[in-house]
Amino acid sequence: MEEYLDTVKEILRDLHPDEDIDECESLVSDGILDSYDIITIITQLADEFDAVITADRITPENFDSAQAIAELVDEILNG
Amino acid sequence: MIKNLLEYLYSDLDEKRDRVAFSDINESLTFGDLYDISRAIGTELAHASFRREPVAIYMDRRPAMIAAFLGVLAGGCFYVPLDSTAPAGRVKAVLETAAPRVMICGRDNLKKAEELEFKGRVIVYEDMAGRCDSVDDEALAKIFDAQIDTDPAYIVFTSGSTGTPKGVVACHRSVIDYIENLSDILEVDKDTVFGNQSPFYFDACLKEIYPTLKFGASAWIVPREYFMFPVKLVEFLNEHRINTICWVGSALRMVLSLGTFKTVKPQYLRTVAFGSEVFPPEQLRLWKEAVPAGAMFINLYGPTEGTGMCCFYKVDREFEPNDHIPIGRPFKNCEVLLIGDDGREVEAGETGEIYVRGTCVTMGYFNNPEKTSDAYVQNPLNAAYPEILYRTGDLARRNERGELVFVSRRDYQIKHMGHRIELGEIEGVVSNIEGVEIAACVYDETADRIVLVYKGTARPASVNVSLKNTLPRYMLPGRTEKVEEMPFTPGGKIDRKGLKERYATAGV
Repeated sequence: MEEYLDTVKEILRDLHPDEDIDECESLVSDGILDSYDIITIITQLADEFDAVITADRITPENFDSAQAIAELVDEILNG
Repeated sequence: MIKNLLEYLYSDLDEKRDRVAFSDINESLTFGDLYDISRAIGTELAHASFRREPVAIYMDRRPAMIAAFLGVLAGGCFYVPLDSTAPAGRVKAVLETAAPRVMICGRDNLKKAEELEFKGRVIVYEDMAGRCDSVDDEALAKIFDAQIDTDPAYIVFTSGSTGTPKGVVACHRSVIDYIENLSDILEVDKDTVFGNQSPFYFDACLKEIYPTLKFGASAWIVPREYFMFPVKLVEFLNEHRINTICWVGSALRMVLSLGTFKTVKPQYLRTVAFGSEVFPPEQLRLWKEAVPAGAMFINLYGPTEGTGMCCFYKVDREFEPNDHIPIGRPFKNCEVLLIGDDGREVEAGETGEIYVRGTCVTMGYFNNPEKTSDAYVQNPLNAAYPEILYRTGDLARRNERGELVFVSRRDYQIKHMGHRIELGEIEGVVSNIEGVEIAACVYDETADRIVLVYKGTARPASVNVSLKNTLPRYMLPGRTEKVEEMPFTPGGKIDRKGLKERYATAGV
């Protein structure tokens, strides 16, 4: 879980260097991420961990914070 | 023959008054609401003696913004929709050029509007919408009678290569011509339910607004964030029985790239128009498989200066993966000329620049005679009488079937996320950042991103932060590279080709 979290934070920081990624819990609800960010995150997680995020899991709740994204990866890989 | 866009709203009003015209997830407006609110706004403008002048609209993309557009027309003025999501600096550049004396602002945006340092009068939309009983029918009738169809209806702003956005002025007659022909092509009728994707500060939203009024149809404004969560998006289409969409290629691609159709498929779509960007045949095939059989797919092409779209191709055959889907043929009452470097029409199969001829050609750039005369030019084939065509800067050729096929741009203009962007505008902004000596932008088509290369002492992260405060989201570079030396060609120009090979090649 921790290893996913660090990678997720790194991806997010690359996309949004000026946001406080560690604390932010409203990446989607505050409009920080856009559709290109989501695609980038999904592609990079697939490259990094072989985590295939299917469309039904791409929901606002699963992308609102670094923690939520890392949990999603954990759930996909470890059930 | 109609002369004013308001006639689309006024025709058969009794029959459609109580039906819902425009909705989003928060509000709905009926045709009757649009009539009442627009006339209240028109009255306010008339009583304050605003007339035949630009009226800025600073509202979010929602049904009320359409009522504001119509209100400006009822007052005999023309609307200038502003991008409420753009940084203040960008909006100010637009206001500087349009120089309106009055702005209609949504109550929610009042605070943000303060940053614009607007000196004119601010009318709050919600105050107007509550004042529908004080309409001055006589004054509005007088204005309507005096309006002619070559009076402007709106100004929309588009990226300019020198760093200043250009305002395209369109008159009622051009928009009417567009809506009549587009409605035929899309086969709009009163059962049409549009799903709007485009923002309201561009000409793209004309496609949903005026046909909805004309036919008494209806339109749903799809929330912007649904385009990140495609399952929700398709569920939204199904829930509201949306049957007609005109989306940019990148929105259609996003749905595919996330594998949405494995979970849910659109059930009611009968017309899918895509445009503004190159759309690969393979993606078209996957979309066709996902939607109900018999749905019509249409590729649309056209510059903002040609009012909206002016060429169309209804998909009538299969394409190989490397084929180009043609942009087809011009709309009715429009002609496209392909002009070669010698100023004459090119031979069959050769590439030439697209010149647009017709009522769809807009009036020019607002407060910018120089740029206007560069692009709105005398027909090179006619020396006998004045005839202004729009010179697009797009290169195209005719295939063996006689269909037009888009080839490329002449200059550094690109299409990214459905927006038309001059790379020069981004470079201009970057050059103004402290610690940047020289900058160049190239476009990586494969990765769909803008690559910024610069030389200077500034750190890439701080360059990106500062760009975020000055440019709209869609103009931000997806990759930023700091270099020790900028490469130059022997002629002394920045070596863009070299930069592109080095930094904008997929997988590197």
